[in-house]
Amino acid sequence: MTRHHSSTSFALSRRQLLAGIGAGSFALAVGTGGRLALAQELADKAADAASLFEPNAFIRIDTDGQVTVVSSYLEMGQGTFTGLATLAADELDADPAQVRVEAAPADASRYTNPFLASIGFAVQGTGGSSAMAGAWNQMRQAAAGARAMLLSAAARDWDVDAAELSVEAGRIRHAASGREDGFGAFVATATTLTVPRQVTVKDPSEFRLIGGHFPRVDVPAKVNGSAIYTQDIKLDNMLVAVIAHPPRLWSTVRSVDAAAALEIPGVQYVVEVPAGAAYQGGVAVLARNTWVAAQGRDALDIDWDESLGLTTSTAQIFERYRALAEQPGNVSVEKGTILDKVPEGGHVIEATFEQPFLAHAAMEPMNCVVHIREDGVEVWNGEQWHTADQGAIAAAMGIEPGQVTINQLYAGGSFGRRANPFSDYVLEALAIARAAREQGHTGPVKMVWLREDDTQALQYRPATVHKVRLVLRSDGEIGSLQWRAVGQSFFPVPEGGTDALLVEGASDFAYRTGALLVDQHLANDQRLPVQWMRSVGHTHTNVVGETIIDEAARLVGRDAYEYRYDLLSDHPRQQATLKLAADKAGWGTPLAPGADGDRRARGIAVRESFGTVVAQVAELTLHADGSYTVDRVVCAVDCGYAINPDIVKAQMEGGIGFGLSFLRQEITLEDGQIQQSNFHDYPVLRMNAMPVTEVHIVPSGEAPTGVGEPGVPPIGPAVLNALAALIGSYARTLPLGDSVSLT
Amino acid sequence: MKLLRLVAVLAVLCVIAAGGLLAWGWLAPTGPEPEPPFAGLPADMPAGMSRGEYLAKAADCVACHTAKGGEPYAGGLPFHLPFGTIYATNLTPDDETGIGALSADDFVRAVREGVGSQGHLYPAMPYTSYAKLSRDDVLVIRDFLMTLTPVHAVTPKSDLDFPFDQRWGMAFWNAAFFREERFRPDPGASQQVNRGEYLATALGHCGECHTPRNIGFAMQSRDYLAGTEVEGWKAYNTTSDTTYGVGGWTDAQLKGYLWRGHAPGRSSAAGPMAEVVEYSLQNLSESDIDALVAYMRKVEPATGEDNVAVNIDPAAVAASTPLRSGGDNPAYLRGERLFQGDCAGCHQYNGVGRQTDFAALSGSRAVNDPSGTALVQVLLNGTEITVQGRHQFMPGFARSYSNADVAAVANYVLSHFGDTEGKVDAGQVETARSGQAALR
Amino acid sequence: MIDLTINGRAVQFDGDPEMPLLWFLRDEAGMTGTKFGCGIAMCGACTVQVDGEPVRSCQTPVGSVTGQDITTIEAAEQDRIGAALQAAWVENQVPQCGYCQSGQIMQAMALLAETIEPTDADIDAAMSGNICRCATYSRIRAAIHRAAETLRA
Ligand code: FES
Ligand code: FES
Repeated sequence: MTRHHSSTSFALSRRQLLAGIGAGSFALAVGTGGRLALAQELADKAADAASLFEPNAFIRIDTDGQVTVVSSYLEMGQGTFTGLATLAADELDADPAQVRVEAAPADASRYTNPFLASIGFAVQGTGGSSAMAGAWNQMRQAAAGARAMLLSAAARDWDVDAAELSVEAGRIRHAASGREDGFGAFVATATTLTVPRQVTVKDPSEFRLIGGHFPRVDVPAKVNGSAIYTQDIKLDNMLVAVIAHPPRLWSTVRSVDAAAALEIPGVQYVVEVPAGAAYQGGVAVLARNTWVAAQGRDALDIDWDESLGLTTSTAQIFERYRALAEQPGNVSVEKGTILDKVPEGGHVIEATFEQPFLAHAAMEPMNCVVHIREDGVEVWNGEQWHTADQGAIAAAMGIEPGQVTINQLYAGGSFGRRANPFSDYVLEALAIARAAREQGHTGPVKMVWLREDDTQALQYRPATVHKVRLVLRSDGEIGSLQWRAVGQSFFPVPEGGTDALLVEGASDFAYRTGALLVDQHLANDQRLPVQWMRSVGHTHTNVVGETIIDEAARLVGRDAYEYRYDLLSDHPRQQATLKLAADKAGWGTPLAPGADGDRRARGIAVRESFGTVVAQVAELTLHADGSYTVDRVVCAVDCGYAINPDIVKAQMEGGIGFGLSFLRQEITLEDGQIQQSNFHDYPVLRMNAMPVTEVHIVPSGEAPTGVGEPGVPPIGPAVLNALAALIGSYARTLPLGDSVSLT
Repeated sequence: MKLLRLVAVLAVLCVIAAGGLLAWGWLAPTGPEPEPPFAGLPADMPAGMSRGEYLAKAADCVACHTAKGGEPYAGGLPFHLPFGTIYATNLTPDDETGIGALSADDFVRAVREGVGSQGHLYPAMPYTSYAKLSRDDVLVIRDFLMTLTPVHAVTPKSDLDFPFDQRWGMAFWNAAFFREERFRPDPGASQQVNRGEYLATALGHCGECHTPRNIGFAMQSRDYLAGTEVEGWKAYNTTSDTTYGVGGWTDAQLKGYLWRGHAPGRSSAAGPMAEVVEYSLQNLSESDIDALVAYMRKVEPATGEDNVAVNIDPAAVAASTPLRSGGDNPAYLRGERLFQGDCAGCHQYNGVGRQTDFAALSGSRAVNDPSGTALVQVLLNGTEITVQGRHQFMPGFARSYSNADVAAVANYVLSHFGDTEGKVDAGQVETARSGQAALR
Repeated sequence: MIDLTINGRAVQFDGDPEMPLLWFLRDEAGMTGTKFGCGIAMCGACTVQVDGEPVRSCQTPVGSVTGQDITTIEAAEQDRIGAALQAAWVENQVPQCGYCQSGQIMQAMALLAETIEPTDADIDAAMSGNICRCATYSRIRAAIHRAAETLRA
């Protein structure tokens, strides 16, 4: 029997979280200790306007001198909170210890992502490795404005000329008079000033924190268990919902016998959840305890009507893709004349690549807390796509977006999954909460997908077939490249149209080519929706591009690095990054021999994505039994000005680990059912397979570009190229597994 | 669930064609009806169970007569044989599709003689063992089955190639290999041992899996319980042989294994045996389990053909701690790497296991059997058991491991936990993989 | 009534003894530092210590640990090794999303309790059951070595 034991409720989370709930919007904030700030404290301060200096939507300073940086971006591990804090602190000349970061509410009027808007998604969201690129000017200007106002306030309070003031580590000084005070002392005056129209930001030569070591603001809370994720939210009168999705995708509930589930002590409601356009629905069980809800879910006896169920298998999908790959498609890029004949002394590479569906498999399975109230909806979520989700909820409820409050929490990874363009899991949580409300539950609902649900609930990195024909002239130049991609797009594309993301990396193939023809087939299947994953199209196109270029080098008898370098003549940044990686890896020098029977080789690959260039050299050992290990990866990155070099390195390390997992992963479908469920059948890289990594940053004065994604694309092909150096042939189909056939 | 090597029946038919055994088979005496205390119910019948349910559990009817995900006892479980498929029948009292219309005599005849309404049963139904049952016990089981909610479930028609589709052919097989003989207590043995034997032979039909079969698919009496391969798994030697059987196990270990699926310091039940414990043995009364243990002590030691000596104190395990591996044989690096990531969290390196007793590997036969037969099955398909309301499971790795991966982990595990050189190769794993696929 | 000792405090639970310790900690005791990642002992996010041994709490029935000492991430800093690891984690800036890190630290605590000078091979053996989807593995390795160093000093 399960009874809910209240005397053991240590309520660390509750005490800290609940306080602010009634007071309106709740905010996640990390302060100097990285812990959550008391929401009540924030609310109190907000209520007392005079004690809070808030010159813009991104910076707040209180009378204690505490600087709060408001992040419109999700912190999902990529270090954005710290990046923003670094920009603000440097521009303010604040002490890092006085800066904390708070997650912004969803608010399209203030927080639309400038980068996403520029590519057509006018949302407040995190994606495209765009946060630092977007914040570089925005946040520095915001901070510079705040600094200027504080200085004006100090000048007024002390009756001195602002030009005589200096700021260091959060303290304003007047050298002549020897006066000195912290920011907090000037807040009252600053709030009376008007925000300057024009501000000047620092010249990089003046940076004190940017480009140096600024400790991550979220780390302290992430080493002692106090960081709060959606999974950790517990609110008054909240129920946890675990849902039974149809085993055969898109089947519907004919009937459900919930008697056994309702007999489980603690199970409170069983609700039917009709499918939405982007989510499966099914039957949800609600209880106070996640495990009890899961027990209830497993006890349901559901009669599924499979007449609408999917019956596809991955084998059929690939068969169809392969057939499409033989037909001319819609043209993405066409320049020059494709060589039909192989020139004398030349070569041709004709190859078809197949890559599977992949699941994001973030460490924290998808979840979302929804509270439907009389006056609106409040959501707690590791929110990556704020205003899109806000709008979707508002539309579903028939209310105004402003009536939807979204509280952004840390996300335990996402890799793009939490930015679903159709708000799939968020709307499913809403649907459950609505159904529960109809049955009389007025409190919040936390929808929890267990790992199996997360793995099987669609929205995969699309499977692709790429067919290429690369013709080499006798002088080694690429005469022409034909590249046909078959896959799905994330959004519907009109008949005859093309999807740029399916062929990114192909349509902008960086190597010098005589002629280039990139065309594509979109085999869109709305019933098997797909979603971007960390580094998006590059996850699959770079496997193609970087292995064929490697093969080309081999065919024309050139060194894989030198050949690339030569053909990248139009892309000096890529050349420089490639060179740095090759130099640091000792490209061209012999590798230390392996153990008996082992053979070793290096492989190299490069890719510019999201404005950042990454080159990697993988050192690989092939064992006598055909298994291989990636021992070391040397990575060079040009991401413009590196705001937080250590975070850049961390993201490269993480990208390498993420990309290496692709070598063993696939999601397959059989007769409409997803075959994988958890980490035993969807393996991810583990510590003992993690290579030694070495990251080198190309010094740059350019505006920063993102680093969350670009570490991923090169690693797969770098490994495949190293393998090819040993076995003489290039893998065309992933997953490869952890061994190759040596016979 | 059992007895998949019916292919040998073909050979039998040849034997029959030449043989003149028919008359002997038909004329042999069956012996008197067995009686309590060795037949019937134990004195310490567990509460909450009817007499018939108890015996039905002891006879493990449900394991075979329930389709995957189907209603209990409603039949439909397919038995995929090399020459076709047969299905377990519906034992619920549905008039049309179940046993509702079957008279008591017909029921008894089906159970003990293997003759059903459509003629001879195939010996996938262990009537060869059930023949030993008392008529009373069979009827008590029938009483219980008649209380079940009738389920209308047509048993799918068996789909066998000629000549196996000829049920009458089984008459010949029966003549050759089946003697309808009731259980006869051994007057020289204790009542407890006799009860144990009745449980093990007539009801539990242990021998059906654990005894090697002859060319005609009949149990080889001289190797009784000496162990053999079943459904790609190993039914181990359960004779009292101290090296190869369970002679070296303590009573507590035997009892733990039979009753709760885990013998501390020895094996845990997995695969088909886990089902036996889950559906059948865990429901038996303590005195019956003790009786089984007492009987097993008396089973003649036999070496059998393919046996496994267990090293309960392998060097690598002794040198290990829960988190650090004491053995480092470079030959097993690949397997060790996979084990570190996917297995060590539960199994650990010192053989003790964590989270559940079932994760303990030391002393387990599966990790001492150089053929790796059961190990490969567990690695591919996982295993699960629910004992006393607690669900224990290990996931299968068939989808994420290549054949070479499975072989590598198996050989590492055999080396580390069994101190034995594993002989598992990718080909064997492939065979096991496709064998299980065929079973599905 | 189930009697438990969690981080040195006596705690009682009057409920289903089959409930995994993980869900007791998170949903009943309000201690959310221990994370849910897979529920099948394949990821290590839920690792706690029971009598000093690392245990996957998602597969540990709460009724099976009565009378044993349960330590969770919330009390790691009170442990000499735990505190050293946390400091090393900060020094090496290990966490990214952070979701796996409670489990990583609890597992590493057990490793350092066994050996104060782990080799890389020891770290692989002990830590590979803990998944970090952000792949912070190199830093975890470095931080374990660093903590071991400070503990030996
Ligand atoms: S949640 Fe327990 S090991 Fe993954
Ligand atoms: S830090 Fe994100 S899973 Fe480890």
